[in-house]
Amino acid sequence: MVDYFAQFMPYWAAALLWFVIYAVILLVFALVNMLFITWLERKVIGRMQDRIGANRAGPFGLFQPIADMVKILTKEDITPTAANRVIYNLGPLVVVPPAILVFAVLPFSPTISGVDLNIGLLFIFAVAGTSTLGILIAGWGSNNKYSLVGAMRAVAQMVSYEVPQLLSIVGVVMIAGTLSMQAIVAKQAQLGWFILLQPVAFIVFLIATTAEVNRTPFDLPEAESEIIAGHHTEYSGLKFGMFYLAEYISVLFVSALAATVFLGGYQIPFVPLDSPVTSILGPFVLIAKTYLFIFLAIWLRGTLPRVRVDHLMAFAWKGLVPICLLNILIVALLAPIIWTIGVTAPGIAAVAAIGMMLVANAVMFIIIFLIINSIVRRDRARMVEGTVPAR
Amino acid sequence: MNPFLVLSFVVVAAVTIGGALGVVLARTVFASGLFLILSFLGVAGIYVLLEAPFLAATQVLIYVGAVAVLILFAIMLTRRVMSGQTQDNRLNNQWIAAALVAVLLFLLLVSTTFQQWNLSQESPPVDSVAALGAAFLGPYILPFEIVSVLLLAALIGAIVIARE
Repeated sequence: MVDYFAQFMPYWAAALLWFVIYAVILLVFALVNMLFITWLERKVIGRMQDRIGANRAGPFGLFQPIADMVKILTKEDITPTAANRVIYNLGPLVVVPPAILVFAVLPFSPTISGVDLNIGLLFIFAVAGTSTLGILIAGWGSNNKYSLVGAMRAVAQMVSYEVPQLLSIVGVVMIAGTLSMQAIVAKQAQLGWFILLQPVAFIVFLIATTAEVNRTPFDLPEAESEIIAGHHTEYSGLKFGMFYLAEYISVLFVSALAATVFLGGYQIPFVPLDSPVTSILGPFVLIAKTYLFIFLAIWLRGTLPRVRVDHLMAFAWKGLVPICLLNILIVALLAPIIWTIGVTAPGIAAVAAIGMMLVANAVMFIIIFLIINSIVRRDRARMVEGTVPAR
Repeated sequence: MNPFLVLSFVVVAAVTIGGALGVVLARTVFASGLFLILSFLGVAGIYVLLEAPFLAATQVLIYVGAVAVLILFAIMLTRRVMSGQTQDNRLNNQWIAAALVAVLLFLLLVSTTFQQWNLSQESPPVDSVAALGAAFLGPYILPFEIVSVLLLAALIGAIVIARE
Protein backbone atom coordinates (compact mmCIF):
# COMPACT_ATOMS: atom_id res chain seq x y z
CA MET A 1 0.00 0.00 0.00
CA VAL A 2 2.88 2.34 0.79
CA ASP A 3 4.23 1.72 -2.70
CA TYR A 4 0.85 2.61 -4.18
CA PHE A 5 0.71 5.95 -2.37
CA ALA A 6 4.38 6.59 -3.18
CA GLN A 7 3.42 7.11 -6.83
CA PHE A 8 1.77 10.42 -5.92
CA MET A 9 4.01 11.77 -3.15
CA PRO A 10 7.44 11.38 -1.53
CA TYR A 11 8.04 8.05 0.19
CA TRP A 12 8.02 9.40 3.76
CA ALA A 13 4.63 11.08 3.19
CA ALA A 14 3.24 7.87 1.71
CA ALA A 15 4.45 5.85 4.70
CA LEU A 16 3.04 8.40 7.13
CA LEU A 17 -0.31 8.51 5.30
CA TRP A 18 -0.59 4.71 5.27
CA PHE A 19 0.27 4.47 8.98
CA VAL A 20 -2.39 7.05 9.84
CA ILE A 21 -5.01 5.27 7.70
CA TYR A 22 -4.13 1.89 9.19
CA ALA A 23 -4.22 3.28 12.74
CA VAL A 24 -7.70 4.71 12.14
CA ILE A 25 -8.89 1.40 10.68
CA LEU A 26 -7.51 -0.48 13.71
CA LEU A 27 -9.17 1.93 16.15
CA VAL A 28 -12.53 1.58 14.44
CA PHE A 29 -12.09 -2.20 14.23
CA ALA A 30 -11.28 -2.44 17.94
CA LEU A 31 -14.15 -0.14 19.00
CA VAL A 32 -16.81 -1.80 16.83
CA ASN A 33 -15.74 -5.25 18.00
CA MET A 34 -15.71 -4.05 21.60
CA LEU A 35 -19.33 -2.88 21.26
CA PHE A 36 -20.28 -6.18 19.65
CA ILE A 37 -18.55 -8.23 22.36
CA THR A 38 -20.42 -6.42 25.15
CA TRP A 39 -23.69 -7.25 23.35
CA LEU A 40 -22.59 -10.85 22.72
CA GLU A 41 -21.59 -11.30 26.34
CA ARG A 42 -24.97 -10.11 27.63
CA LYS A 43 -26.83 -12.30 25.15
CA VAL A 44 -24.77 -15.46 25.71
CA ILE A 45 -24.70 -15.11 29.50
CA GLY A 46 -28.43 -14.49 29.35
CA ARG A 47 -29.05 -17.70 27.44
CA MET A 48 -26.80 -19.64 29.80
CA GLN A 49 -28.84 -18.34 32.73
CA ASP A 50 -32.12 -19.21 30.98
CA ARG A 51 -32.99 -15.58 30.19
CA ILE A 52 -33.29 -13.77 26.87
CA GLY A 53 -30.79 -10.98 27.53
CA ALA A 54 -30.83 -7.54 25.94
CA ASN A 55 -33.76 -7.41 23.50
CA ARG A 56 -35.30 -3.91 23.61
CA ALA A 57 -33.02 -1.63 21.57
CA GLY A 58 -33.04 -2.64 17.92
CA PRO A 59 -33.26 -6.17 16.45
CA PHE A 60 -32.10 -8.75 19.01
CA GLY A 61 -31.06 -5.82 21.24
CA LEU A 62 -28.16 -5.10 18.89
CA PHE A 63 -28.30 -1.35 19.59
CA GLN A 64 -28.02 -1.90 23.34
CA PRO A 65 -24.24 -1.10 23.39
CA ILE A 66 -24.95 2.21 21.64
CA ALA A 67 -27.59 3.07 24.25
CA ASP A 68 -25.07 2.12 26.95
CA MET A 69 -22.45 4.34 25.34
CA VAL A 70 -24.82 7.33 25.29
CA LYS A 71 -25.65 6.66 28.93
CA ILE A 72 -21.96 6.61 29.86
CA LEU A 73 -21.29 9.82 27.93
CA THR A 74 -24.09 11.72 29.65
CA LYS A 75 -23.21 10.67 33.20
CA GLU A 76 -21.87 13.19 35.67
CA ASP A 77 -18.10 13.38 35.84
CA ILE A 78 -17.04 13.10 39.48
CA THR A 79 -13.60 13.66 40.98
CA PRO A 80 -13.32 12.68 44.65
CA THR A 81 -12.18 15.64 46.75
CA ALA A 82 -9.56 13.54 48.53
CA ALA A 83 -8.08 12.21 45.29
CA ASN A 84 -4.85 13.42 43.75
CA ARG A 85 -6.43 15.23 40.82
CA VAL A 86 -3.68 14.81 38.19
CA ILE A 87 -2.89 11.18 38.94
CA TYR A 88 -6.60 10.35 39.22
CA ASN A 89 -7.21 11.67 35.71
CA LEU A 90 -4.05 10.02 34.40
CA GLY A 91 -5.36 6.51 35.19
CA PRO A 92 -7.92 6.15 32.36
CA LEU A 93 -5.49 7.77 29.92
CA VAL A 94 -2.73 5.24 30.64
CA VAL A 95 -5.01 2.20 30.58
CA VAL A 96 -6.25 2.40 26.98
CA PRO A 97 -3.13 2.91 24.75
CA PRO A 98 -1.39 -0.41 25.52
CA ALA A 99 -4.64 -2.26 24.81
CA ILE A 100 -4.84 -0.77 21.31
CA LEU A 101 -1.10 -0.49 20.53
CA VAL A 102 -0.63 -4.27 20.47
CA PHE A 103 -2.92 -4.58 17.43
CA ALA A 104 -0.15 -2.95 15.37
CA VAL A 105 1.74 -6.24 14.98
CA LEU A 106 -1.29 -8.51 14.50
CA PRO A 107 -1.31 -9.96 10.95
CA PHE A 108 -4.74 -10.03 9.30
CA SER A 109 -3.58 -11.56 6.02
CA PRO A 110 -0.22 -12.22 4.31
CA THR A 111 -0.20 -8.58 3.16
CA ILE A 112 -2.21 -6.79 5.86
CA SER A 113 -0.41 -6.10 9.12
CA GLY A 114 0.62 -2.81 10.67
CA VAL A 115 4.29 -3.64 11.03
CA ASP A 116 5.85 -7.08 10.84
CA LEU A 117 8.42 -6.54 13.60
CA ASN A 118 11.02 -9.27 13.97
CA ILE A 119 10.35 -9.00 17.72
CA GLY A 120 6.56 -9.17 17.23
CA LEU A 121 5.65 -11.45 20.16
CA LEU A 122 8.09 -9.74 22.52
CA PHE A 123 6.61 -6.36 21.55
CA ILE A 124 3.14 -7.66 22.41
CA PHE A 125 4.18 -8.86 25.85
CA ALA A 126 6.21 -5.72 26.57
CA VAL A 127 3.34 -3.39 25.68
CA ALA A 128 0.65 -5.54 27.29
CA GLY A 129 2.74 -5.66 30.47
CA THR A 130 2.43 -1.90 30.88
CA SER A 131 -1.35 -2.18 31.26
CA THR A 132 -0.73 -2.91 34.97
CA LEU A 133 0.52 0.67 35.31
CA GLY A 134 -2.84 2.21 34.48
CA ILE A 135 -4.54 0.06 37.10
CA LEU A 136 -1.90 0.96 39.69
CA ILE A 137 -2.23 4.68 38.93
CA ALA A 138 -6.03 4.52 39.07
CA GLY A 139 -6.00 2.60 42.34
CA TRP A 140 -3.58 4.98 44.04
CA GLY A 141 -4.95 8.19 42.56
CA SER A 142 -8.52 7.49 43.72
CA ASN A 143 -7.46 7.58 47.38
CA ASN A 144 -9.98 4.92 48.28
CA LYS A 145 -9.43 1.70 50.24
CA TYR A 146 -11.31 -0.48 47.78
CA SER A 147 -9.48 1.02 44.81
CA LEU A 148 -6.14 0.45 46.49
CA VAL A 149 -6.91 -3.15 47.44
CA GLY A 150 -8.23 -3.80 43.95
CA ALA A 151 -5.13 -2.33 42.33
CA MET A 152 -2.84 -4.38 44.57
CA ARG A 153 -4.73 -7.56 43.77
CA ALA A 154 -4.64 -6.74 40.07
CA VAL A 155 -0.92 -6.08 40.02
CA ALA A 156 -0.03 -9.16 42.09
CA GLN A 157 -2.18 -11.32 39.84
CA MET A 158 -1.05 -9.84 36.53
CA VAL A 159 2.65 -9.94 37.41
CA SER A 160 2.32 -13.57 38.56
CA TYR A 161 0.40 -14.79 35.54
CA GLU A 162 2.63 -12.95 33.09
CA VAL A 163 5.30 -15.56 33.86
CA PRO A 164 3.38 -18.69 32.74
CA GLN A 165 1.85 -16.72 29.86
CA LEU A 166 5.30 -15.84 28.50
CA LEU A 167 6.79 -19.26 29.22
CA SER A 168 3.93 -21.10 27.51
CA ILE A 169 4.67 -19.19 24.29
CA VAL A 170 8.41 -19.98 24.47
CA GLY A 171 7.81 -23.52 23.15
CA VAL A 172 6.03 -22.09 20.10
CA VAL A 173 8.85 -19.61 19.52
CA MET A 174 11.44 -22.38 19.77
CA ILE A 175 9.72 -24.57 17.19
CA ALA A 176 9.02 -21.64 14.84
CA GLY A 177 12.50 -20.22 15.38
CA THR A 178 11.21 -16.65 15.20
CA LEU A 179 9.32 -13.97 17.12
CA SER A 180 7.71 -12.41 14.03
CA MET A 181 3.94 -12.91 13.90
CA GLN A 182 3.85 -13.36 10.11
CA ALA A 183 6.61 -15.96 10.28
CA ILE A 184 4.81 -17.84 13.07
CA VAL A 185 1.66 -18.04 10.92
CA ALA A 186 3.74 -19.15 7.92
CA LYS A 187 5.39 -21.83 10.07
CA GLN A 188 1.98 -23.16 11.08
CA ALA A 189 0.97 -23.46 7.42
CA GLN A 190 4.03 -25.67 6.99
CA LEU A 191 4.07 -27.74 10.21
CA GLY A 192 0.43 -27.71 11.31
CA TRP A 193 -1.28 -25.51 13.87
CA PHE A 194 0.55 -25.11 17.16
CA ILE A 195 -2.51 -26.29 19.09
CA LEU A 196 -1.63 -29.76 17.74
CA LEU A 197 2.09 -29.34 18.43
CA GLN A 198 1.73 -27.69 21.85
CA PRO A 199 -1.61 -28.72 23.38
CA VAL A 200 -0.44 -28.49 27.00
CA ALA A 201 1.17 -25.08 26.43
CA PHE A 202 -2.07 -23.99 24.75
CA ILE A 203 -4.12 -24.84 27.84
CA VAL A 204 -1.61 -23.07 30.11
CA PHE A 205 -1.70 -20.05 27.80
CA LEU A 206 -5.49 -19.91 27.90
CA ILE A 207 -5.57 -20.05 31.72
CA ALA A 208 -2.79 -17.49 32.16
CA THR A 209 -4.35 -15.16 29.60
CA THR A 210 -7.74 -15.32 31.29
CA ALA A 211 -5.98 -14.21 34.48
CA GLU A 212 -4.07 -11.49 32.59
CA VAL A 213 -7.24 -9.82 31.36
CA ASN A 214 -8.91 -10.18 34.80
CA ARG A 215 -11.85 -12.25 33.63
CA THR A 216 -13.85 -14.78 35.60
CA PRO A 217 -12.73 -17.06 37.27
CA PHE A 218 -9.78 -14.73 37.90
CA ASP A 219 -11.73 -11.51 38.44
CA LEU A 220 -10.56 -10.98 42.03
CA PRO A 221 -9.31 -7.44 41.27
CA GLU A 222 -12.89 -6.44 40.50
CA ALA A 223 -14.74 -8.80 42.84
CA GLU A 224 -18.03 -6.93 43.37
CA SER A 225 -18.98 -8.72 46.56
CA GLU A 226 -15.66 -7.94 48.25
CA ILE A 227 -14.21 -4.65 46.98
CA ILE A 228 -17.07 -3.01 45.02
CA ALA A 229 -15.32 -2.59 41.66
CA GLY A 230 -11.61 -2.59 42.44
CA HIS A 231 -9.43 0.06 40.88
CA HIS A 232 -12.25 1.84 39.01
CA THR A 233 -14.58 2.19 42.00
CA GLU A 234 -14.32 6.02 42.05
CA TYR A 235 -14.56 6.58 38.31
CA SER A 236 -17.77 7.61 36.61
CA GLY A 237 -18.95 8.50 33.15
CA LEU A 238 -16.43 8.44 30.36
CA LYS A 239 -13.50 7.75 32.67
CA PHE A 240 -15.16 4.51 33.76
CA GLY A 241 -15.92 3.92 30.10
CA MET A 242 -12.17 3.98 29.38
CA PHE A 243 -11.53 1.11 31.80
CA TYR A 244 -14.46 -0.80 30.36
CA LEU A 245 -13.13 -0.19 26.85
CA ALA A 246 -9.58 -1.27 27.70
CA GLU A 247 -10.85 -4.44 29.34
CA TYR A 248 -12.93 -5.57 26.39
CA ILE A 249 -10.33 -4.57 23.80
CA SER A 250 -7.82 -6.66 25.76
CA VAL A 251 -10.19 -9.63 25.59
CA LEU A 252 -10.49 -9.11 21.84
CA PHE A 253 -6.75 -8.88 21.42
CA VAL A 254 -5.75 -11.90 23.52
CA SER A 255 -8.36 -13.95 21.66
CA ALA A 256 -6.86 -12.83 18.35
CA LEU A 257 -3.39 -13.59 19.73
CA ALA A 258 -4.42 -17.09 20.78
CA ALA A 259 -5.98 -17.61 17.34
CA THR A 260 -2.82 -16.37 15.60
CA VAL A 261 -0.30 -18.29 17.66
CA PHE A 262 -2.16 -21.55 18.22
CA LEU A 263 -4.87 -21.77 15.53
CA GLY A 264 -2.92 -20.66 12.48
CA GLY A 265 -4.15 -17.06 12.41
CA TYR A 266 -5.60 -16.08 9.05
CA GLN A 267 -4.64 -19.42 7.51
CA ILE A 268 -7.46 -21.56 6.11
CA PRO A 269 -6.87 -25.32 6.63
CA PHE A 270 -5.41 -27.07 3.55
CA VAL A 271 -5.22 -23.82 1.56
CA PRO A 272 -1.69 -22.58 0.86
CA LEU A 273 -0.76 -19.15 2.24
CA ASP A 274 0.13 -17.63 -1.13
CA SER A 275 -3.23 -18.42 -2.77
CA PRO A 276 -5.53 -15.42 -3.41
CA VAL A 277 -8.25 -17.10 -1.31
CA THR A 278 -6.18 -16.58 1.83
CA SER A 279 -5.52 -12.95 0.95
CA ILE A 280 -9.23 -12.20 0.57
CA LEU A 281 -10.79 -14.45 3.24
CA GLY A 282 -7.84 -14.30 5.68
CA PRO A 283 -9.09 -11.41 7.84
CA PHE A 284 -12.55 -12.99 8.17
CA VAL A 285 -11.06 -16.36 9.06
CA LEU A 286 -8.98 -14.69 11.75
CA ILE A 287 -12.03 -12.88 13.14
CA ALA A 288 -14.01 -16.14 13.15
CA LYS A 289 -11.23 -17.91 15.08
CA THR A 290 -11.00 -14.92 17.43
CA TYR A 291 -14.70 -15.12 18.25
CA LEU A 292 -14.24 -18.79 19.05
CA PHE A 293 -11.99 -17.76 21.93
CA ILE A 294 -14.23 -14.85 22.92
CA PHE A 295 -17.14 -17.27 23.16
CA LEU A 296 -14.97 -19.54 25.30
CA ALA A 297 -14.19 -16.61 27.63
CA ILE A 298 -17.89 -15.79 27.98
CA TRP A 299 -18.68 -19.46 28.50
CA LEU A 300 -16.11 -19.63 31.32
CA ARG A 301 -17.67 -16.57 32.92
CA GLY A 302 -21.06 -18.21 32.82
CA THR A 303 -19.76 -21.45 34.30
CA LEU A 304 -17.02 -21.01 36.87
CA PRO A 305 -17.07 -19.36 40.31
CA ARG A 306 -14.27 -17.03 41.41
CA VAL A 307 -11.03 -18.60 42.70
CA ARG A 308 -9.61 -17.82 46.14
CA VAL A 309 -6.61 -15.49 46.56
CA ASP A 310 -4.23 -18.08 48.04
CA HIS A 311 -5.25 -20.67 45.44
CA LEU A 312 -4.67 -18.09 42.73
CA MET A 313 -1.03 -17.49 43.59
CA ALA A 314 -0.22 -21.12 44.39
CA PHE A 315 -1.78 -22.20 41.10
CA ALA A 316 0.40 -19.85 39.06
CA TRP A 317 3.73 -20.49 40.76
CA LYS A 318 3.41 -24.14 41.82
CA GLY A 319 1.16 -25.34 39.02
CA LEU A 320 1.53 -23.50 35.73
CA VAL A 321 5.20 -22.45 35.89
CA PRO A 322 6.61 -25.98 36.44
CA ILE A 323 4.41 -27.30 33.63
CA CYS A 324 5.78 -24.59 31.31
CA LEU A 325 9.37 -25.39 32.27
CA LEU A 326 8.78 -29.09 31.59
CA ASN A 327 7.26 -28.18 28.24
CA ILE A 328 10.27 -26.02 27.31
CA LEU A 329 12.59 -28.92 28.19
CA ILE A 330 10.66 -31.29 25.91
CA VAL A 331 10.58 -28.78 23.06
CA ALA A 332 14.32 -28.15 23.45
CA LEU A 333 14.88 -31.88 22.97
CA LEU A 334 12.50 -32.31 20.03
CA ALA A 335 12.73 -29.00 18.14
CA PRO A 336 16.11 -29.76 16.48
CA ILE A 337 14.66 -33.04 15.16
CA ILE A 338 11.67 -31.13 13.74
CA TRP A 339 13.97 -28.58 12.10
CA THR A 340 16.08 -31.35 10.53
CA ILE A 341 13.04 -33.13 9.13
CA GLY A 342 11.70 -29.80 7.85
CA VAL A 343 14.89 -29.37 5.81
CA THR A 344 15.59 -32.96 4.71
CA ALA A 345 12.03 -34.23 4.13
CA PRO A 346 9.57 -31.31 3.97
CA GLY A 347 6.83 -33.63 2.68
CA ILE A 348 6.40 -35.50 5.97
CA ALA A 349 7.50 -32.61 8.22
CA ALA A 350 3.98 -31.78 9.39
CA VAL A 351 2.99 -35.39 10.13
CA ALA A 352 6.27 -36.14 11.91
CA ALA A 353 6.20 -32.94 13.96
CA ILE A 354 2.59 -33.34 15.03
CA GLY A 355 3.09 -37.04 15.83
CA MET A 356 6.19 -36.48 17.95
CA MET A 357 4.81 -33.50 19.82
CA LEU A 358 1.43 -35.13 20.43
CA VAL A 359 3.07 -38.22 21.97
CA ALA A 360 5.41 -36.07 24.08
CA ASN A 361 2.53 -33.87 25.23
CA ALA A 362 0.37 -36.89 26.05
CA VAL A 363 3.14 -38.33 28.22
CA MET A 364 3.61 -34.93 29.87
CA PHE A 365 -0.12 -34.57 30.45
CA ILE A 366 -0.33 -38.01 32.11
CA ILE A 367 2.65 -37.22 34.38
CA ILE A 368 1.15 -33.85 35.38
CA PHE A 369 -2.22 -35.47 35.98
CA LEU A 370 -0.72 -38.19 38.21
CA ILE A 371 1.27 -35.65 40.25
CA ILE A 372 -1.70 -33.32 40.76
CA ASN A 373 -3.91 -36.30 41.56
CA SER A 374 -1.54 -37.55 44.27
CA ILE A 375 -1.21 -34.05 45.81
CA VAL A 376 -4.96 -33.53 45.89
CA ARG A 377 -5.54 -37.01 47.37
CA ARG A 378 -2.93 -36.41 50.07
CA ASP A 379 -4.50 -33.08 51.00
CA ARG A 380 -7.93 -34.64 51.00
CA ALA A 381 -6.77 -37.50 53.26
CA ARG A 382 -5.19 -35.05 55.70
CA MET A 383 -8.36 -32.98 55.72
CA VAL A 384 -10.51 -36.02 56.48
CA GLU A 385 -8.14 -37.06 59.29
CA GLY A 386 -8.49 -33.57 60.64
CA THR A 387 -4.74 -32.96 61.00
CA VAL A 388 -5.00 -29.81 58.89
CA PRO A 389 -7.97 -27.46 58.51
CA ALA A 390 -9.85 -27.56 55.23
CA ARG A 391 -8.29 -25.45 52.53
CA MET B 1 21.45 13.15 8.32
CA ASN B 2 17.81 12.17 8.08
CA PRO B 3 15.79 15.11 9.49
CA PHE B 4 13.14 12.75 10.90
CA LEU B 5 15.80 10.84 12.79
CA VAL B 6 17.10 14.07 14.31
CA LEU B 7 13.60 15.23 15.20
CA SER B 8 12.77 11.84 16.77
CA PHE B 9 16.00 11.91 18.73
CA VAL B 10 15.27 15.40 20.07
CA VAL B 11 11.78 14.35 21.19
CA VAL B 12 12.97 11.10 22.76
CA ALA B 13 15.90 12.80 24.50
CA ALA B 14 13.60 15.54 25.81
CA VAL B 15 11.23 12.90 27.22
CA THR B 16 14.12 11.05 28.87
CA ILE B 17 15.65 14.14 30.46
CA GLY B 18 12.28 15.67 31.32
CA GLY B 19 11.29 12.43 33.04
CA ALA B 20 14.55 12.33 34.95
CA LEU B 21 14.08 15.94 36.07
CA GLY B 22 10.54 15.11 37.12
CA VAL B 23 11.80 12.28 39.33
CA VAL B 24 13.91 14.74 41.29
CA LEU B 25 11.50 17.66 41.34
CA ALA B 26 8.13 15.95 41.89
CA ARG B 27 6.45 16.64 45.23
CA THR B 28 4.97 13.21 45.91
CA VAL B 29 6.99 10.00 45.77
CA PHE B 30 4.32 8.35 43.65
CA ALA B 31 4.65 11.08 41.03
CA SER B 32 8.41 10.59 41.09
CA GLY B 33 7.83 6.93 40.31
CA LEU B 34 5.61 7.87 37.36
CA PHE B 35 8.24 10.27 36.00
CA LEU B 36 10.79 7.47 36.29
CA ILE B 37 8.60 5.39 33.95
CA LEU B 38 8.57 8.27 31.45
CA SER B 39 12.35 8.33 31.58
CA PHE B 40 12.53 4.54 31.06
CA LEU B 41 10.26 4.87 28.02
CA GLY B 42 12.53 7.57 26.64
CA VAL B 43 15.52 5.24 26.97
CA ALA B 44 13.54 2.55 25.12
CA GLY B 45 12.93 5.12 22.38
CA ILE B 46 16.68 5.75 22.10
CA TYR B 47 17.24 2.00 21.66
CA VAL B 48 14.66 2.01 18.86
CA LEU B 49 16.51 4.88 17.15
CA LEU B 50 19.73 2.87 17.47
CA GLU B 51 18.00 0.01 15.59
CA ALA B 52 18.10 -2.29 18.58
CA PRO B 53 14.40 -3.26 18.79
CA PHE B 54 15.04 -6.32 20.97
CA LEU B 55 16.77 -4.18 23.58
CA ALA B 56 13.94 -1.61 23.43
CA ALA B 57 11.26 -4.26 23.99
CA THR B 58 13.28 -5.77 26.83
CA GLN B 59 13.69 -2.31 28.37
CA VAL B 60 9.92 -1.81 28.35
CA LEU B 61 9.21 -5.36 29.51
CA ILE B 62 11.65 -5.32 32.43
CA TYR B 63 11.96 -1.70 33.49
CA VAL B 64 8.46 -0.39 32.81
CA GLY B 65 6.52 -3.64 33.22
CA ALA B 66 8.38 -5.05 36.22
CA VAL B 67 10.83 -2.72 37.99
CA ALA B 68 8.65 0.41 37.87
CA VAL B 69 5.56 -1.56 38.85
CA LEU B 70 7.51 -3.01 41.78
CA ILE B 71 8.63 0.49 42.86
CA LEU B 72 5.07 1.85 42.69
CA PHE B 73 3.82 -1.23 44.53
CA ALA B 74 6.36 -0.64 47.31
CA ILE B 75 5.29 3.02 47.54
CA MET B 76 1.67 1.92 47.87
CA LEU B 77 2.56 -0.44 50.70
CA THR B 78 4.36 2.22 52.75
CA ARG B 79 1.48 4.07 54.29
CA ARG B 80 3.26 7.19 55.57
CA VAL B 81 4.79 8.01 52.19
CA MET B 82 1.56 7.17 50.45
CA SER B 83 -0.84 9.29 52.46
CA GLY B 84 0.92 12.62 52.60
CA GLN B 85 3.40 14.71 50.72
CA THR B 86 7.04 14.25 51.59
CA GLN B 87 8.59 17.12 53.46
CA ASP B 88 10.04 19.63 51.09
CA ASN B 89 13.75 18.88 51.19
CA ARG B 90 14.40 18.87 47.48
CA LEU B 91 16.61 21.92 47.86
CA ASN B 92 18.74 21.15 50.91
CA ASN B 93 22.07 22.70 51.76
CA GLN B 94 24.47 20.01 50.59
CA TRP B 95 26.59 22.46 48.59
CA ILE B 96 29.82 20.45 48.67
CA ALA B 97 28.20 17.26 47.41
CA ALA B 98 26.36 19.17 44.71
CA ALA B 99 29.53 20.87 43.53
CA LEU B 100 31.41 17.56 43.45
CA VAL B 101 28.69 15.87 41.40
CA ALA B 102 28.49 18.82 39.03
CA VAL B 103 32.25 18.82 38.41
CA LEU B 104 32.24 15.05 37.89
CA LEU B 105 29.32 15.24 35.46
CA PHE B 106 31.04 18.07 33.58
CA LEU B 107 34.25 16.05 33.24
CA LEU B 108 32.29 13.01 32.04
CA LEU B 109 30.40 15.07 29.46
CA VAL B 110 33.60 16.71 28.18
CA SER B 111 35.41 13.40 27.91
CA THR B 112 32.54 11.71 26.03
CA THR B 113 31.93 14.65 23.72
CA PHE B 114 35.52 15.11 22.59
CA GLN B 115 36.35 11.41 22.38
CA GLN B 116 37.00 9.90 18.95
CA TRP B 117 34.65 6.89 18.92
CA ASN B 118 35.26 3.89 16.65
CA LEU B 119 32.28 3.71 14.31
CA SER B 120 31.46 0.48 12.50
CA GLN B 121 30.65 0.91 8.82
CA GLU B 122 28.65 -2.33 8.75
CA SER B 123 24.87 -2.07 8.55
CA PRO B 124 23.00 -3.64 11.49
CA PRO B 125 21.98 -7.30 10.98
CA VAL B 126 18.54 -7.78 9.44
CA ASP B 127 17.41 -10.38 11.98
CA SER B 128 19.01 -8.89 15.06
CA VAL B 129 17.19 -11.26 17.44
CA ALA B 130 18.70 -14.37 15.88
CA ALA B 131 22.14 -12.71 15.79
CA LEU B 132 21.79 -11.77 19.45
CA GLY B 133 20.80 -15.31 20.41
CA ALA B 134 23.69 -16.78 18.46
CA ALA B 135 26.09 -14.35 20.16
CA PHE B 136 24.77 -15.21 23.63
CA LEU B 137 25.19 -18.94 23.12
CA GLY B 138 28.34 -18.63 21.02
CA PRO B 139 31.23 -16.31 21.91
CA TYR B 140 29.58 -14.90 25.08
CA ILE B 141 28.39 -18.18 26.60
CA LEU B 142 30.45 -17.84 29.79
CA PRO B 143 29.14 -14.39 30.88
CA PHE B 144 25.64 -15.47 29.85
CA GLU B 145 25.78 -18.58 32.05
CA ILE B 146 27.32 -16.66 34.95
CA VAL B 147 24.48 -14.14 34.80
CA SER B 148 21.92 -16.95 34.79
CA VAL B 149 23.53 -18.53 37.87
CA LEU B 150 23.49 -15.11 39.57
CA LEU B 151 19.80 -14.67 38.78
CA LEU B 152 19.05 -18.17 40.07
CA ALA B 153 20.87 -17.35 43.31
CA ALA B 154 18.84 -14.13 43.64
CA LEU B 155 15.64 -16.10 43.03
CA ILE B 156 16.47 -18.69 45.69
CA GLY B 157 17.51 -15.90 48.08
CA ALA B 158 14.16 -14.16 47.58
CA ILE B 159 12.29 -17.40 48.32
CA VAL B 160 14.34 -18.00 51.48
CA ILE B 161 13.67 -14.46 52.73
CA ALA B 162 9.96 -14.81 51.96
CA ARG B 163 9.79 -18.06 53.95
CA GLU B 164 11.12 -16.56 57.16
